[in-house]
Amino acid sequence: MTDIPRESRRRHPQGDARLEIYDGEFIRQLESIAKKVRRHSIRMIYQAGSGHPGGSLSGADIMVALYFHVMKHDPKRPDWQDRDRFVLSKGHAAPALYAVLAESGYFPVEELDTLRKMGSRLQGHPCLGKTPGVEMSTGSLGHGLAAGNGMALAAKLDRRLHRVYVLLGDGEMDVGETWEAAMLASHYKLDNVTAYVDRNKLQLDGPTEKIMSLEPLADKWKAFGWHVIEINGHNMKEIIHATNEAKGVKGRPTVVICHTIKGKGVSYMEGSLHFHGKAPSDEEYEQAMKELGD
Amino acid sequence: MPVTWKWESQRKQYGKALVELGKERGDIVVMDADLSSSTRTSDFLAAFPERFFNVGIAEQNMMDTAAGLAASGKTVFVSTFAVFGTGRCYDQIRQSIAYPKLNVKIVASHAGITVGGDGASHQIIEDIALMRVLPNMTVIVPVDSLETYNAVKAVSKTPGPVYVRIGRADVPTLTDKNTPFELNSATVMRDGADVTLIGCGIMVARCLEAAEELAKHGVDARVVNLHTIKPLDEKTIVKAARETGGVVTAEEHSVMMGMGSAVAMCLVENFHVPMKRVGIPDTFGESGGCEELMTKYGLTAENIVEAAHDVLRRKK
Repeated sequence: MTDIPRESRRRHPQGDARLEIYDGEFIRQLESIAKKVRRHSIRMIYQAGSGHPGGSLSGADIMVALYFHVMKHDPKRPDWQDRDRFVLSKGHAAPALYAVLAESGYFPVEELDTLRKMGSRLQGHPCLGKTPGVEMSTGSLGHGLAAGNGMALAAKLDRRLHRVYVLLGDGEMDVGETWEAAMLASHYKLDNVTAYVDRNKLQLDGPTEKIMSLEPLADKWKAFGWHVIEINGHNMKEIIHATNEAKGVKGRPTVVICHTIKGKGVSYMEGSLHFHGKAPSDEEYEQAMKELGD
Repeated sequence: MPVTWKWESQRKQYGKALVELGKERGDIVVMDADLSSSTRTSDFLAAFPERFFNVGIAEQNMMDTAAGLAASGKTVFVSTFAVFGTGRCYDQIRQSIAYPKLNVKIVASHAGITVGGDGASHQIIEDIALMRVLPNMTVIVPVDSLETYNAVKAVSKTPGPVYVRIGRADVPTLTDKNTPFELNSATVMRDGADVTLIGCGIMVARCLEAAEELAKHGVDARVVNLHTIKPLDEKTIVKAARETGGVVTAEEHSVMMGMGSAVAMCLVENFHVPMKRVGIPDTFGESGGCEELMTKYGLTAENIVEAAHDVLRRKK
């Protein structure tokens, strides 16, 4: 369970989003959870013998900021209608999501070790209905933003105030449907949608700019009618600040392009293609645990 | 065809059912991909504009958005032409609707070869195959406009993913207010003891015509309307095979993996009888008139009669 005081998880009123309000201690607590999530992720993948460490580590800070500060949610009531929704469009980062959910209290932390094993609730990629807290089945890339839009449309129809957060991989920017969804969110003025692009600049086969160039990425989103913010995706203050800014944007959705490092937190995984979808060896695992120690 | 049959559009009844559902229930949401005036979801749009979402020509986006709406408690009807609402967005249906068992009803029109002039690009003859192989998916092919109405009403009350296949052309009305419509339960349209003709969609009318023709030759044919292809009403199929000793299936779909194949698999595993599948051979269609195409691709009452005689010969 988290050690963040309940009080500080509350949404901050609009206009009170200056970075100064987040004192050093609070940010350090979030960073410490993020480190724990990274440890869990690497351990889970190591024990499963397969999985995607690189993208789990690059997106970990964003997910921690969302679940431990930004989002309105209640692990004891995963079906609470007014909860904020999180969709992990880059479903291969499931280990980090599961770690965040377990640390939030959706299921026991011990269950994390069952990842990818027979009979486990923790499938290789997120499965709606199987794992408490998972909002959409993902894994086949390019689906998550559209699914999040559906949730946001439902919220608008029901006049509910909850928000939808979607974490996309930058490789997913190759998928046509991502842009169909970008158009839809803008067309239907879904200001209750905030998308985060985990811009680690690497996809399975190589650097994104070599495989299928995405730049100028921010201009593309702007052209689709989105409010665009660019941040360092490993800086908790910046993630929180961008998210608060998004809450204040009316009439259009916001995308936060998060500049990240694939494999962030484990020296030999950082910026490495090799660990996109491969479990660490025994020695590599030992070293990773040492580096991610408290 | 008998002149007494009243011909009506399935799409018209679909539109009517949607509007009624919209009045009865606030959770009904409808989506379309720039074909609402053809699929008749435009009727719902006119009545409940706030609950209708046009996504433009973006079927993949439509399916995933529908999944998100359904995950938030909505009952979502999505419509477009069958060729675009199945193959074009298969991954979205598989990953986001069928796998998480979400409450999305895909009601796809303009299925099959009777699309006519548009040609093979628009004549989907493999949608039943694509949809029935998906776990959690229910597959329904209503026989006429009234059954389309009944099917839409019935599936709206049944949680989970559903595919409903309807056509472009007007079809003869074979059912009436008293015809029961139960999901998962085939309807016996005519009793008979010598051979069973199992049809779905527009081919049921041709099975009835074939039965009339066979009667002239002293053959007493049973006709079954297999409106629900998945889950399959194995009980009615096996009973018919047992009691009549031979089965002919007829569908406006490729014979490869459609309704006839589902029936064949059921009979191979449960009760062996001579069988013949009437349907479109393993080939694409082409532009033409409905009847011309039905004749060229082997979908006439005569084709069914011929198949029945073949089965009867093998019975002996």
